[in-house]
Amino acid sequence: MTQFRTWMLAATIAGSSALAATGAEAQGKSLTLCWAAWDPANALVELSKDFTAKTNIAMKFEFVPWPNFADRMLNELNSKGKLCDLIIGDSQWIGGSAENKHYVKLNDFFAKEGIKIDDFMPATVTGYAEWPKNTPNYWALPAMGDALGWTYRKDWFSRPELQAEFKAKYNRELAAPKSQTELKQIAEFFQGRDIDGKKVYGAAIFTERGSEGITMGVANALYPFGFKYEDPKKPYAMAGFVNSEDAVKGLEFYKSLYKCCTPPGYSNAYMQEGLDAFKSGQAALQMNWFAFFPGLYKDPNVGGDRIGFFVNPPEKEKGSQLGGQGLSVVAYSPNQAEALSYVKWFASLDVQKKWWELGGYTCHKGVLNDPGFAKSAPFAADFLVAMGQVVDFWAEPSYAQLLQAEQARVHDYVVAEKGTAKQALDLLIQDWTKVFKEDGKF
Amino acid sequence: MRAAYPPIAHRVRGLSDKAIAWIFIAPTMILLLAINLFPLIWTIQLSFTNYRANRPNAPLRNVGLEHYQTILSDPEIWQRMQATAHFVFWTILLQTVIGFALAYLIDRKFRGHGFWTTLILIPMMLSPAVVGNFWTFLYQPQIGLFNYVVSFFSGIPPSSFQMLGDVNLSPWAIIIVDTWMWAPYVMLICLAGLRSIPDYIYEAAEVDRASNWRQFISITLPMCLPFIMLAVLFRGIENFKMFDMVNLLTSGGPGSTTELASITLKRAAFEAWRTGYSSAFAIILFVAVFGLANIYVKALNKVKAR
Repeated sequence: MTQFRTWMLAATIAGSSALAATGAEAQGKSLTLCWAAWDPANALVELSKDFTAKTNIAMKFEFVPWPNFADRMLNELNSKGKLCDLIIGDSQWIGGSAENKHYVKLNDFFAKEGIKIDDFMPATVTGYAEWPKNTPNYWALPAMGDALGWTYRKDWFSRPELQAEFKAKYNRELAAPKSQTELKQIAEFFQGRDIDGKKVYGAAIFTERGSEGITMGVANALYPFGFKYEDPKKPYAMAGFVNSEDAVKGLEFYKSLYKCCTPPGYSNAYMQEGLDAFKSGQAALQMNWFAFFPGLYKDPNVGGDRIGFFVNPPEKEKGSQLGGQGLSVVAYSPNQAEALSYVKWFASLDVQKKWWELGGYTCHKGVLNDPGFAKSAPFAADFLVAMGQVVDFWAEPSYAQLLQAEQARVHDYVVAEKGTAKQALDLLIQDWTKVFKEDGKF
Repeated sequence: MRAAYPPIAHRVRGLSDKAIAWIFIAPTMILLLAINLFPLIWTIQLSFTNYRANRPNAPLRNVGLEHYQTILSDPEIWQRMQATAHFVFWTILLQTVIGFALAYLIDRKFRGHGFWTTLILIPMMLSPAVVGNFWTFLYQPQIGLFNYVVSFFSGIPPSSFQMLGDVNLSPWAIIIVDTWMWAPYVMLICLAGLRSIPDYIYEAAEVDRASNWRQFISITLPMCLPFIMLAVLFRGIENFKMFDMVNLLTSGGPGSTTELASITLKRAAFEAWRTGYSSAFAIILFVAVFGLANIYVKALNKVKAR
């Protein structure tokens, strides 16, 4: 009986504590921020503690792994869900989210709070905030600048015997490549080589089929070769641009890089597989987003002096695939006032400085134009260069259909060896034309 | 003397037996209508429109049979159907043969047969997501066990071929995984069939000096056939809808080699948000499965009647 009483007492205390905790939580306000699950998200959690300390608004986070991020979040927005008060949505979503009014338009808010969009790097404003593009209609605050870049094994590159062999073969130093052709030569040089008793491979590139992987990777080769999405003078006119001779060369180049220089079984690889290949010491070069570079630099096995970074090299011209996201307030959120206060807080220079220090890529000119910025991290200078040459995929409301078409066409050509590069790009124009016709763009 | 019980309605005032029966089945009927019939009717209705779930404010237009025409005349859709048919045919064939063979072996009592039965059944108890993920590792050319086993028996270097990235091998890669996972299920159904055959039939056959082979052909196989056909029906319907495991293994790649109809449907419905179009595609797939299943069930009933 005594034991029973003790149990009852314990249960009562536990129950009362739980109720008290729930009551206390309900008294305070909280915001939920939705983003992808990756390194910068952890930095944002850390950063947001300052917001909570300042405003007493608790922050909750909903982070979704990248391959499911678009599916999950676009489902949420399309169903007018109230899960997210704030969302750091991908750059390509801006058209659909603006036209379907998923995001709150921020022009009036910016004007009222004195937030100057000109304080942010122009490429990020166009890429993450504007819709229609190049018009002063803002649906997001540039939050996380990003582009596709490259990492390389600096320690391998600096080995005298490899340098001598490379110089004898290519008549130049073994160093970060200055063109796409040089990049491939370096990858070929390392492919299958034995380093410290381990077989290594040339380059870890993107070949993923399911979401956006191969499109992003291929774009990083297409832009330097001269690919354009459309006639600059005639929007949506793609013939001669998407399938130009230069574009064909770019696509052929990417396939040749895949065939010659990737690790075995690399037919469905995106950012995580690239990180795995590089961190495990398999690849000499790695294509990946700048967002991962702070984490890679800290890696105990391949970071520090062992890693080097470089911007996507040019061929005929310069070009890097844009990544990154803007911070938006979800139109269906019941906590819009608090969400806007977060945006206001996030836009301030001090917070942006700390954001960069913690591992987030700020887009604020006040941080980026600081004379010390380029030397603040080994990849900071490259980040500035990359952001100056970024190109983005279509950001139309029907971007997902356009993306699906490119995923299928380029994977068919690059990985499945179906048809020629010209045929793949011709078919891509057909697919895209069909989508734009359905959208009434012609 | 046996007591005469009055009908239940006499005990529940004002309600007939029929009414009470309806009250009992009404919740189930309502649930079935709500989760089966209503979505089906709504999907049919959407399939004739240009509706997109991500553009709820866009004007809704009736497009008639346009989506059906587009789908049925699209060569790429037929390629997906071909990939699906290839997958369904080979998985069913292999699962039936292996499943029946395993059931035949397990049916013979031997030492530790309970342990082996449990072991064989483990794959079908796993989640397709788990299966997809660990087979991705097994197929990995550098560290995957599968390539090493093939290499051990054939002498081909393990890194020289990739099951998931090769156009010729990837359709077989997904067939192998599905067969590994679901052959035990077929085994279980066949085992029920084998155990339902009365011993006296075999005893009579032995009196007639029928050989083992004759007993198998004349007794075991015909008496098990309804069970085998049932297993084929279940696996056929399931594999026609296959999505999760293949999506995890190949995402439909390389290119579109293993893009089964259900993957195309999911991409159209929940990535491209072509709701009207994908509704039409779903209806076409539904009619195909429903029609084939009906024909098959009629055949099954004939076999049973025999």
